[in-house]
Amino acid sequence: MSIAALFDHPLGRLQWSSLPFWDMLQHPTKGNIINGVIATGAASLVVVGAIALVLVLTRYKLWRPLWSDWVTSPDHKKIGIMYIVIALVMLARALIEAVLMRAQQAFGLGGGFLSPDHFAQLFSTHGTIMIFFMAMPFLTGVINYVMPLQIGARDVSFPVLNSISLGLTAAGAALVMVSLVIGKFSTGGWFGYPPYTEANFSPGVGPDYWIWALSLAGLGATLTGINFAVTIYRERAPGMTLMRMPLFTWTALCTAIIMIFAMPPLTVATAQLALDRYLGFHYFTNDLGGNMMNFANLFWLFGHPEVYILILPAFGVYSETISTFSGKALFGYRSLVMATMVIALLSFTVWLHHFFTMGQDANINAVFGIASMLIGIPTGVKIYDWMWTMFRGRVRLTVPMIYALGFIVLFVLGGMSGILLANPTIDYQVHNTVFLVAHFHNVAVPGVLFGMLSAYHFWFPKAFGFRLNERWGMISALCWIFGFIGAFFPLYALGLMGLPRRTVAYTEARYVPLEWVAFLGALLILAALLALLWQLWVSIRDRDGNRVFVGDPWAGRSLEWSTSAPPPEYNYAVIPVVEDRDTFTRAKEQGRAYQRPDTYVDIELPGNSAMGPAIAAIGFALAFGLVWHIWWLVILAFLAAIASMIVRGFARDTTRIVSAQQVRQEHHRWIDAVAAATAVSRADECKSVNVGLALQEADGVVP
Amino acid sequence: MLAACAGDTHLSFLNPQGPVADAQRWHFYWVLGIMAVLVAGPIFLLLPFFVWRYRYSNQKPRYTPKWEYSRFLEIMSWSGPIVIVIVLSFFVWRDTHRLDPYKPLASDQAPLQVEVIGYDWKWLFIYPDQGIASIGTLALPTGQPVSLHLTSATVMQAFFIPALGSQIYAMGGMVSQLNLEASKPGKSLGENTMYNGDGFHQQKFTAVAMAPTEFEAWVRKVHATGLPLDARTLKVIARRGTRSDLVAALPGARAMNGDVYFTGASKSLFPAVVKATMEGKATLPDAAFDRQDTATQDSDAAHAPTEPRR
Repeated sequence: MSIAALFDHPLGRLQWSSLPFWDMLQHPTKGNIINGVIATGAASLVVVGAIALVLVLTRYKLWRPLWSDWVTSPDHKKIGIMYIVIALVMLARALIEAVLMRAQQAFGLGGGFLSPDHFAQLFSTHGTIMIFFMAMPFLTGVINYVMPLQIGARDVSFPVLNSISLGLTAAGAALVMVSLVIGKFSTGGWFGYPPYTEANFSPGVGPDYWIWALSLAGLGATLTGINFAVTIYRERAPGMTLMRMPLFTWTALCTAIIMIFAMPPLTVATAQLALDRYLGFHYFTNDLGGNMMNFANLFWLFGHPEVYILILPAFGVYSETISTFSGKALFGYRSLVMATMVIALLSFTVWLHHFFTMGQDANINAVFGIASMLIGIPTGVKIYDWMWTMFRGRVRLTVPMIYALGFIVLFVLGGMSGILLANPTIDYQVHNTVFLVAHFHNVAVPGVLFGMLSAYHFWFPKAFGFRLNERWGMISALCWIFGFIGAFFPLYALGLMGLPRRTVAYTEARYVPLEWVAFLGALLILAALLALLWQLWVSIRDRDGNRVFVGDPWAGRSLEWSTSAPPPEYNYAVIPVVEDRDTFTRAKEQGRAYQRPDTYVDIELPGNSAMGPAIAAIGFALAFGLVWHIWWLVILAFLAAIASMIVRGFARDTTRIVSAQQVRQEHHRWIDAVAAATAVSRADECKSVNVGLALQEADGVVP
Repeated sequence: MLAACAGDTHLSFLNPQGPVADAQRWHFYWVLGIMAVLVAGPIFLLLPFFVWRYRYSNQKPRYTPKWEYSRFLEIMSWSGPIVIVIVLSFFVWRDTHRLDPYKPLASDQAPLQVEVIGYDWKWLFIYPDQGIASIGTLALPTGQPVSLHLTSATVMQAFFIPALGSQIYAMGGMVSQLNLEASKPGKSLGENTMYNGDGFHQQKFTAVAMAPTEFEAWVRKVHATGLPLDARTLKVIARRGTRSDLVAALPGARAMNGDVYFTGASKSLFPAVVKATMEGKATLPDAAFDRQDTATQDSDAAHAPTEPRR
């Protein structure tokens, strides 16, 4: 190819027909108009949202603070918050898609209103987003925020790398959002099995959007895993031995290790598929030696551990919230650590249960079926240990605790359906039906999402200095729980009635009543999301009545509660010395909390870096160019990526100093606030008298 | 409620129409029952009790904020799930082997051979020994085991008749196997469960179990009314389209009530399709349609070179 040929098609495959309303204008049939209006509406939301954001930022002169305080910040706390913002935005989109799908199926007897192609894009983006751009950023954000605080560190080991990981994730999320406006997304589902996703069966840009969005997110997650693991190994405060780490940090460690080992197979599988599609390779084609079973194998070698990447941090969150809101030490800490490690290990030994029906030997299926059930053992131990934590405690039914209780009840059921599916004999009957859909939502929603929402309510006061509105939080939590039951329990029955997943329409009238129950459940979940957003608004509006600057609104047990809320950017004026598990509880008991040290020293922090946003922009341009075959953009972005690394190599001032004077001043301001605060009993923890100072617990007496 | 579903098509293995689905149903009930009693039972009793008894406002019960270990409870917490999994593993091992879809069903009759080719978006059922083929209806004699060999002429699909037994993937260039049996006459839902494009939701068929004499009558009827399954017809079948698209494209098929029947289905057609898909060839050799040539061919030998497993 000559250089000039690169510019033969400067816009690559981009055409007018790539716009979502083109079909509707060219062929205005009823179906085209309905689908066109929905697609255009969704695209408009993206465009209008982007324009509104730009206007707001300009109107309130927020560009500079956005740049210097947020996107270029290497502060793990801000990066964590940005991850969670991405997660919430993507949650909103994917949840609306889910409601649309349930509506389609409720009306799906003999047709419905969506075209098969449109419906297929919905389930593909819904799954891709919920896994890679909702759950992953959410848990990465929570770990980012909480873990360094819990181990008494000032930041993660590689702060700029952290910012780059965020940039890669954001670029992937942006690519999925752009696919709403320009072109179409894949119709191959979130696992994109070839040969359906090969160029001869899916010639459009859809699978390419999917491949490159996953590649960006996967790369970001790999780097994140390395960053978290190194941080936990290297940055712990003096005295914070491994067996004194809070359980959330333990789960973060296990998740990080799984990320490091599980993400590469995904990157390899999608890269091979890309080679098939772009360069005519035959890894997974029907012909010329290709074999799609290799894709299934590689994908689930990532895909199953991925499930535990998602669930382990949620287990960590529940361990913290259940112990805190039971006013009791976590029961069976060693068991829980061991169970977490066992799950992390077993997560790599069960992937074959995703394709029991691919025709392999009964011995293999039986072995992997039993291996899958083994995971039930450490999980069962965890459930019991959480219950023993409540036993002889003082259980406060706050919002994070409601999520935790909803989780235990529903997760037991989800785990049971998982054991059913782990039986190859039963899997042969319910695989690929909506029973399977019900199962993995039953573990992913009450497990992962409730865990993340529990974490959001639990640590929000720490991050922003004020508590979230309890009433709206409760409404939202109950809507989530009952909406979930309504939306997914009918799917178990429908799956047992032979309804396959991903079906746009059906001809069997017996499916209709349960489809309607599921649709109403989905509407309740939508109400839960709206209540959550309303809660955020109400809480911001009333923030002055709910401030908890002193920093310990829940009588917390681990280090993160021993600093102000929000914490200073360096987290701790003096790095704490850890002497026990539940170290802050011990310190409070022994009167060692809230001290004024005699001397302060200068604190070195990582300096701001534009690498994160630069890599985000370059990654996005590279992926967009690849999707649309805009080769000059691909080459340019590739060169820019190399150039940015070289430029970064010359950066000299990578740190900055916070002076001892300033640390002293800020710390004293906080300690003064502690001294002025009135300690509250747990009975008043959701009232405005709670400014973040907890009344001291004593053995056998409830404060 | 599930078992009571009273449409004229059987949808579920919970209302089984054959021995495989029946065994799967009992396996399902056993595992569910064991778990309901041993897993859900204790948790669903203890959890609400703990939350209620140890609620914050209740000051009476003992409060032990530092209690974090009990050897007895730890041993119970681990050994309970271990015992449950050991019990369940017994069922998994036994039934995974007993109900292996590749395993021929025990019977005094030789199994009926059916070859299944997945197209976008319809299934072609070839009865090589009868020399006929069908789209839309899979007719089965009751009481006789059926041995299916499956492949796909396009993307991956999954063949499934819930009321009769297991589902199995059909993949291009490869052959998978499935053994089923219908024990009583009746219609059962048949479908593809693996998404394969726009017509996926219409890729249904009816598995019609009928008494052996009726099955023979059905075979004779197909011989009498079927269209010849020649190269040109197969090209039409292979086009991306639903069953109704196919009926519209084959004028002779319009009187068949939405189904399409064929005569002259050669024994070498199925292996030829597998081979052509594996080699990426759009057209089949003439021999695939020549009945005379294949009469002497051993059908097992024809499968052998393309069988990826076992």
